[in-house]
Amino acid sequence: MDFGLSKEQRDIQKAAREFAEAEFDKDYMLDLELNHKFPHELLKKACDLGFLGIDFPEEYGGAGYGLMEKALVCEEFGRVGGGVGTTVSTSHFASKIVLRSGNEAQKKKYLPSVCSGESLPVAGCFTEPDRGSDLVTFPLSTTAVKDGADYVINGPKTFISFADVAGFGVVLCQTDPEAKPPYRGHSTIIVDKPSEQPGITITDFVKMGWKSCATTQMSFSEVRVPQENLVGEENRGFYHTINFLDEFRVEIGACSVGTAQGAFEKALAYAKTREAFGRKIGTFQAISHKLADMATKIESARLIVYKAGWQFDKEGKVDPKLSSMAKWYPARVAVEVADEAIEILGGHGYMLENEVERFYRDARVYELIEGTREIHKNTIARSLLGKLE
Amino acid sequence: MDIVVCVKRVPDTSEADVIIAKDERTVEAGDLVFDINEWDKYAVEEAVLLKEKYGGTVTAVTLGPDETEDTLRRCFATGADKAIRLTDSAFEGSDAAAIAKIIHQAVKDLKFDLIFTGTQASDDGYGQVGPVLASLLGTPHASVVTQVDIADGKARVQRELEGGLSEVVEVPLPAVFTIQTGINEPRYVSIMGVRKAAGKEIETAGLADLGLTAEDVGEKGSMTKVERLFLPPVTKEAEIIQGSPDEASTRLAQIIKDKGGFS
Repeated sequence: MDFGLSKEQRDIQKAAREFAEAEFDKDYMLDLELNHKFPHELLKKACDLGFLGIDFPEEYGGAGYGLMEKALVCEEFGRVGGGVGTTVSTSHFASKIVLRSGNEAQKKKYLPSVCSGESLPVAGCFTEPDRGSDLVTFPLSTTAVKDGADYVINGPKTFISFADVAGFGVVLCQTDPEAKPPYRGHSTIIVDKPSEQPGITITDFVKMGWKSCATTQMSFSEVRVPQENLVGEENRGFYHTINFLDEFRVEIGACSVGTAQGAFEKALAYAKTREAFGRKIGTFQAISHKLADMATKIESARLIVYKAGWQFDKEGKVDPKLSSMAKWYPARVAVEVADEAIEILGGHGYMLENEVERFYRDARVYELIEGTREIHKNTIARSLLGKLE
Repeated sequence: MDIVVCVKRVPDTSEADVIIAKDERTVEAGDLVFDINEWDKYAVEEAVLLKEKYGGTVTAVTLGPDETEDTLRRCFATGADKAIRLTDSAFEGSDAAAIAKIIHQAVKDLKFDLIFTGTQASDDGYGQVGPVLASLLGTPHASVVTQVDIADGKARVQRELEGGLSEVVEVPLPAVFTIQTGINEPRYVSIMGVRKAAGKEIETAGLADLGLTAEDVGEKGSMTKVERLFLPPVTKEAEIIQGSPDEASTRLAQIIKDKGGFS
């Protein structure tokens, strides 16, 4: 067992850190926050340096590294940028369904422009207003019906990241309404430039944090896409989606570790310099133990994420139990650490300009996206207990 | 245009706590993060820009233990073609003159038009390796260089002087220049660069390979010796400016003026 990163991994970590520290400018991020803007310029620079295509195969314009290396990038971007880092490092999002389940023509058509940034961000349109993680009980409201050479898509989607600016989206649709259970009738279908498609309306939510990424509601009305846009097999979309999410959760876990680390470092620096009652506040046990707890939690979260990334690269998949652990726990740690960072900074921590309150608000979404904490605990518990009666 | 760039791995002490080691002559590495010296980053970039313009090669040279290979891989990732690491336990304790002597032995038989170093290193700040190396090589040199143009086998370089002045000097090649920060905008390390660097070999050379003896290097071969390293003592010379905002700002402006902040 070797807990050290390889030389190449250390170089990647350093490259991502140097880029993040120089380019995730505080004023720029404040502008994104206050004006709810997507960081197009920053994303383009990150793509030009190969950070987004890092784990895509070289034949599609990527660098051919693995999920572990991608996790290092997510972590470093999250450390400096919090949610802005997550917006940039995960903007490829559902393109990985094309990578893992698409045909060669789709990969050649879509993936080089994902790596270059031209098609970024990419939306994953899975959630519906009355069903989030429960994709099994009822058929989806969003349907895709064959008509000539096309699919015609109708229905609602909600909590869809990036839809307003996406180069393309992958939409989970019910293609067989009679399927039992219903998820055996799901299909994943590519829709190009959703915001420019006739029949699609997109509205933005106002939300607590993660403001550099629009979270939207989408409504599909008689939206026609060619049948060649079907990703993978028809009626296997549920499996394509959950396989993708098992992998993608590791990236969210890494973003969470980075966000936690960033908040922690701000709190640590403050505890070393801020004086109260004639002493540095870090000398008070109430503060020093908080810092010890924060560091311990971050280290544990990081180890789970790295193990999941390592397993994916070694075995080509992540055990769903480990994937759930690598998602919910780092997300919780990010929230707890950012919360404590606010506490350590006191009143300063509550102010926008000191960033830890934004990291806290940004971190809160990590616990919700790609499955809540409770859903992931269900997955872990099911794996531990089986179908216990 | 074949260019050799001398680079140094230094600790980033901008936000870290520097702890003086018990020997009082070194700092404790502890949790310090090491990276390429800031000035050297600009030197590498300038070399790579000239190579991209005129063709040729860029060779990065450093001196130090295994860990310094990180710095050389960074040079590969940002455009260097070759890298040489000079390493020997006998090199420990070498001052700028001894280091220049070691580098001189490594580069004197190489084909080069230019040798770049950073103007200074952020750890010891001597700024001597470049000029001493030029002296040993018998080539001209220019320090604190902020622009390099090549024409007709000569370099026209702009040098930064005190008080915001610059001068332009013409220097025949080969020559040694010490490069100032701000001369260019160093590129970031790209993932493609990391990939490229991983496949490159780093040459190494020790004392005997360089035709040196233990007398030539380390403390014995040095002209200076660090006696004691210490943190600046904390003094209490702060002045709390009293009075109304108008009075306080007038006093503050006067202090800045007196110290040469503006005239």
